[in-house]
Amino acid sequence: MNNIQHMFKDKYLVDNLVKKIQAYEGKVVNIMEVCGTHTMSISRFGIRSILPKTIRLISGPGCPVCVTPSYYVKSAIELAQMKDTIITTFGDMMRIPYKGNSLLHEKALGRDIRIVYSPLDNIQIAQDNPDKKVIFLSVGFETTTPIIALSVIEAVEKRIDNYMLLTANKTMPQVMNLLSSDKEISIDGYIYPGHVSVIIGTELYDKIADKYSITGAIAGFEPVDILGAIYNIISNVNHKSMKVNNTYSRVVSSEGNMIAKAKIEEVFEHCDAIWRGIGCVSKSGLRLKDKYVKLDAWKAFRISENEQDYDPKGCRCGDILKGKCLPYECSLYGKLCTPENPVGSCMVSSEGTCSAYYKYI
Amino acid sequence: MCLAIPGEVLSIQKEKALVNIMGVKKEISTVLVEEVQIGDYLVVHAGCAISKIDKIEALETIEIFKGIEDLNHE
Repeated sequence: MNNIQHMFKDKYLVDNLVKKIQAYEGKVVNIMEVCGTHTMSISRFGIRSILPKTIRLISGPGCPVCVTPSYYVKSAIELAQMKDTIITTFGDMMRIPYKGNSLLHEKALGRDIRIVYSPLDNIQIAQDNPDKKVIFLSVGFETTTPIIALSVIEAVEKRIDNYMLLTANKTMPQVMNLLSSDKEISIDGYIYPGHVSVIIGTELYDKIADKYSITGAIAGFEPVDILGAIYNIISNVNHKSMKVNNTYSRVVSSEGNMIAKAKIEEVFEHCDAIWRGIGCVSKSGLRLKDKYVKLDAWKAFRISENEQDYDPKGCRCGDILKGKCLPYECSLYGKLCTPENPVGSCMVSSEGTCSAYYKYI
Repeated sequence: MCLAIPGEVLSIQKEKALVNIMGVKKEISTVLVEEVQIGDYLVVHAGCAISKIDKIEALETIEIFKGIEDLNHE
């Protein structure tokens, strides 16, 4: 594979793209990326450092953990503290701080909290622990949600009745519309998320181009992918073209993954969702459909979803997530808020903007 | 969290496949991708294949990037 992967890391292609981009002499172009893995890749490859000052690369709300509201962490901690529960989660959630506590801290105190690589791992855990309630912290965008849906379908098929989800799944279209209409941010082009696009296809991006006159390029995660997307966007802006380039066509089709979309549709329905730092975005969340109510931890444990979001004083995660300020413009960044001692979610998550800046810049 | 990596299919069973991901063999679900065959390359995310990797499209993309013009050329 390594052939194809290597092609997209090819030194000569990279150099050529860098040269072309650096020679750009036109007006300022604001480009936003909305994918945590892009945030990380851009920082890791040092892409910002080679861009001319006229090309501004802004990180948007692309990290699902970073946009999860603080009351969710509070609820997860409360569930972990109950008798007979096993909390399962992706790794990032473990260190998110909530008023001096975290899931990692609770685990150190002896609560049964386990990191899973795949939502499908929950099935075995539930089967192995029939006397416990296995509650999965269901956080993710469209790349992950179909796989979480598969775990629900499998649990029902196998008559597993001790598996539940604490849902905070979100979808991209609604927040993209919000960002696109925000005059303060003024985006010229988007780098669209490669693997979300594998699932949802490309129709949304054509709609955004039409409605908001914002161009874009769907990108993979190798250096040629990202530089190529940036090149395409600058070229489109220059030619006043509202094209959307699919530079990840080896994996992304225009209709997306129909099977995955059907699985999401089978298990989840849209609801309003609170995005940390942004507020409530209508219909941008997913919750379990009524037929799966038995797996809904919010209902089973009667946890209120509508609590006031708690944000530590001075924390600017909200502005950072909308691309309105850079990490080093937050007074806590690098001082009170570091990877070892994170205050906000942008620093905690391995794909958070502040974490990426701190590690690589 | 878009992190997904390519894996080469080594063997297939019903709704599962054994893939080689950077030298590590892992069993993954293939429920979301149709007609998986030995030798295919799959994009693997959280224990599940979400897409095949199309070699021909990959080569075409590379060719496009080889022939790009100067950005200031109108």
